[in-house]
Amino acid sequence: MQAILPYLINGISVGGQYALIAIGYTLVYGILRLINFAHGDVFMVAGLVMVYATAAMPFYLALPLVLAVTVLLGFAIERAAYKPLRSAPRMSVMISAIGVSYLIQNLAFYITGGVPQPVVNPIPWISGNIMVLGASTKRVTLVTPILTILLVAGLVYLINHTKIGMAMRAAAKDFETAQLMGIKINAVISMTFVIGSFLAAVGAMLYFTNYPSVAITSGGMPGLKAFVAAVFGGIGSIPGAVVGAFIIGLCEEVIKGLGYTTFSDAFTFALLIVVLCVKPTGLFGEKVTDKV
Amino acid sequence: MTNSKQRQKLILMAAVLVVLLAASMAVDAALPSYHIAIKVIKKATVYALVAVSMNLLNGFTGLFSLGQAGFMLLGAFSYGVLTIPVAKRPGVYQYFDGGAIQFSLPEIFSGFLGDTVGSTVGMLLALLVGGLLAALMAWLIGLPVLRLKSDYLAIATLGFAEILRAFFQWNALGPVTNGSNLLKNYPDFTHATSYIILAGLLVAVIVLLINSTYGRAFKAIRDDEVAAEAMGINLAKHKRMAFIISSFFAGVGGGMLAMYNGTIAAASFKSTMTYEILLIVVIGGIGSISGSVIASFLYIFSSEWLLRGLDSGKFLGINAPGLFKNGFRMAVFSVIIMVIVLFFRRGLMGDRELPDLLDRKPKRRKEAAGK
Amino acid sequence: MKKLFALLLALAMVLSLAACGGGNGGGDADDGQGGSDGANKVVKIGVFEPQTGDNGAGGKQEILGMQYANYVQPTVEIGGETYDVQLEIVDNRTTAENGPSAAAELMNRDVSVVLGSYGSGVSMAGGSVFQEAGVPAIGVTCTNPQVTSDCDVYFRICFLDPFQGTVLANYAYNELGVTTAYTLAMLGSDYDQGLAYYFKEAFEGLGGTVVSEDFPEGSANFVSYINNAKSAGAGVIFAPVSTNYAQLIIEAAAAQGFEGSLLGSDTWDNNMVLESTVGKTVHVDITTFYQESGSEFDNGIKEWINANADAKTNNGGNDTVSAVTAMGYDAYFTALEALKGAGSTDASAVLEALPSVSYDGVCGLVEFDDIGDAKRDQAYIKTANTETGAWDFVKVQGVE
Repeated sequence: MQAILPYLINGISVGGQYALIAIGYTLVYGILRLINFAHGDVFMVAGLVMVYATAAMPFYLALPLVLAVTVLLGFAIERAAYKPLRSAPRMSVMISAIGVSYLIQNLAFYITGGVPQPVVNPIPWISGNIMVLGASTKRVTLVTPILTILLVAGLVYLINHTKIGMAMRAAAKDFETAQLMGIKINAVISMTFVIGSFLAAVGAMLYFTNYPSVAITSGGMPGLKAFVAAVFGGIGSIPGAVVGAFIIGLCEEVIKGLGYTTFSDAFTFALLIVVLCVKPTGLFGEKVTDKV
Repeated sequence: MTNSKQRQKLILMAAVLVVLLAASMAVDAALPSYHIAIKVIKKATVYALVAVSMNLLNGFTGLFSLGQAGFMLLGAFSYGVLTIPVAKRPGVYQYFDGGAIQFSLPEIFSGFLGDTVGSTVGMLLALLVGGLLAALMAWLIGLPVLRLKSDYLAIATLGFAEILRAFFQWNALGPVTNGSNLLKNYPDFTHATSYIILAGLLVAVIVLLINSTYGRAFKAIRDDEVAAEAMGINLAKHKRMAFIISSFFAGVGGGMLAMYNGTIAAASFKSTMTYEILLIVVIGGIGSISGSVIASFLYIFSSEWLLRGLDSGKFLGINAPGLFKNGFRMAVFSVIIMVIVLFFRRGLMGDRELPDLLDRKPKRRKEAAGK
Repeated sequence: MKKLFALLLALAMVLSLAACGGGNGGGDADDGQGGSDGANKVVKIGVFEPQTGDNGAGGKQEILGMQYANYVQPTVEIGGETYDVQLEIVDNRTTAENGPSAAAELMNRDVSVVLGSYGSGVSMAGGSVFQEAGVPAIGVTCTNPQVTSDCDVYFRICFLDPFQGTVLANYAYNELGVTTAYTLAMLGSDYDQGLAYYFKEAFEGLGGTVVSEDFPEGSANFVSYINNAKSAGAGVIFAPVSTNYAQLIIEAAAAQGFEGSLLGSDTWDNNMVLESTVGKTVHVDITTFYQESGSEFDNGIKEWINANADAKTNNGGNDTVSAVTAMGYDAYFTALEALKGAGSTDASAVLEALPSVSYDGVCGLVEFDDIGDAKRDQAYIKTANTETGAWDFVKVQGVE
């Protein structure tokens, strides 16, 4: 137990980080049937903004600013790059998503000069070290999963018990009929992007507190893995994304612990392909049929 | 369409090809092989081939695959592994005792065909093997993966390419792949013309394919899967066929990219490479072969050569080191790409080919009259 | 019609760009940026370095050394005439696939000799182009043996991977008294893998045991790797990785309370790596080419960096002199020596003069052997001072 404990703690923490990103994917996919390739980059931008903001002002001002900027970015991406293509084929929208991802990375590159930006102790308390059952770790490792669960609980409440939540569920079920029922579909879609970006921003704050620097490629891998988590859990399902993220986080760290480090990333993708081929709806997803 | 129109088009096409060929031969004759113009032509030619192969799948069959880099990786490695001269192998495979494979195709063929012919045959054969391996891999993964719908297919093929990359970097396969280390010292065609002829022939094969019964079936699948099936097109068979053929050409393209680069590292074949090729296809127009070719040349020429000034402080005589610093070039590119994606969704050529430009005028007029 | 027009417009734009590109290339020749008075002739030295990509930060620091050298010594006497030296900097974007065109771009600018690159992979990719063109290249910190062994025109002023790996293995085994080591290298990086290989070979040759692991590119969480090292009972972790990963590994090792020593290679000699150790309980030892000693060079370059905002940003925001910067400085002067020896700006003459160059630089004597490698038998070992945030000199270590 003592030997595998550090791996488990770490795996849960990593899973919590993935979960916060995965929700963004799953919400958007649920409604628009779009893999928002730019989501991982929004996450990276949140990290960069945190670096710049915490350097310029105290953290209790900087953190709300990070949230605001990220949410605005998510909103703007949807309005500028996805909304004009609403009636276009799905492939065009996906290409647009890839284009946005490319654009954000290149702009971030231009601004940072391609040099990873150092993260200097942005949120004082949570980067401290503590001992858990004899294993040393950072406080943020424990904070991440707890905060993730709390935020997800809040989100589930929002979706099941509020008006906008009902609209979101309706839009996910049947886009066109929802529109006919008088739901302001654009507002609903914007809302999903806002929520997704908000959670990504929280995820970024926790994630980058753990690491010394934000590089422009920092969003890529966590983004892809979070997407895999969303698919694994059944895309469109929030509990699914969270469970999927924790499972993937744990598996990854255990695989590293077993010594197959070469394949820790490859495993995630293999899992994806297997899930897609065997049970495309994932753990909690609903079955979709093709409409002619 | 009248017969004379048809002939006109053929003549135009032939004229363009002859001019291109003559131009490349002139460039080859006038400039030394290390000149940037030649390097850029070579790279653009390779990208044109790969972009066309991707277009065959994404543009003509409507299968959104993002596995191109993986197939190119297979082609590149087969080319390198099969053509490194035996004498150079101990140096290249310095951490793996000279590697497990101790022959080189160009050397074998030089033995009985003479140096020039033999090594060319060997190199072409190595490229072919790369293409076949990629096709084989496509056949294997096509079985499960092609059942997936648009975006799932995209992400599954993307994941597959990443898995492939991890395998090629695995030290246990080192005696063949050289693990994470570079493969190098293999032969290359000196002249840009050789690249243009080779890639040109391959693209011509793709064009013939697209204009055949199979090509029409592919397009039918793209336009409406259900309707195509109702018309008696075997969906699974045709999709797999398109996937395998596209991968074959991607594999050959990968081999040619390796040739151009002079070194092969699995680390180069990342999803970024696939995205880059996809964006070239989009710029050229999804569903247009000549569009992909033109866009490849535009993209590679400007990014590798003409727009370098955007990154180094001085461009078009304007000296602004504050603005034109590292990364500005790529930022400008991505803005252009977004503009094309959002506002000129059909790209440069839409789904037209170069000769179609001839009959644009009458058609437009008719449309206008109709309105 | 509109489409056709758009196409023509695009074509016209490209052609005009091409014209401008050509014009720029020609224009540079008589611009004479390097010197204040335009009367002198100009000799061009190509700088083949990454400014973007994984090694962008390191490449920029290396360029700083060359720029400072160019600032200190902007002219050179060749065959009795004074020439202004002009640096032609081209970004090779770290990766091998961008190497050939970047190298060709340098050839296009008609340089007499090339300096660079920071990494080995891209040096090899560029090497074939330099060879075709017959232009000599002086590698600054590319440590893979293959850079020079297969390329007649490539020389280098740094030590090699087998040497560096062995030095670190000796240091770990003999000085730190460690018998089990853990190596961590990035998949797909020939630099990492090569050093890890030589370290392992040497360390096992001394009688130690080595556990080797790789991590995939883009990894951020190194906690499990550190735990693997701990459970393997390793006394040192040798991670010859690029600066970004070095910081992540230091962070993870500190968080996991790894008590042994972290061993780094020349890439770790970087301000950002140094800063990430400040205030943490980690022990970091590295081998490198250079140690700051308050010499005339140190003071001069610090002053220059502090006076130049761009340079300071490129140096990571402070004025600590990295080894790669000092090496870049030496490379520039080695090139000047070769130009003087050649008595001409002709690349082939410089190529002939290079093997006999002898230059006593800030990082030690530069002389080449038959293959074109520097004759170096010593490396500096430094340790990160986690309180002051500076490198403390430990010792000079050889292979023996």
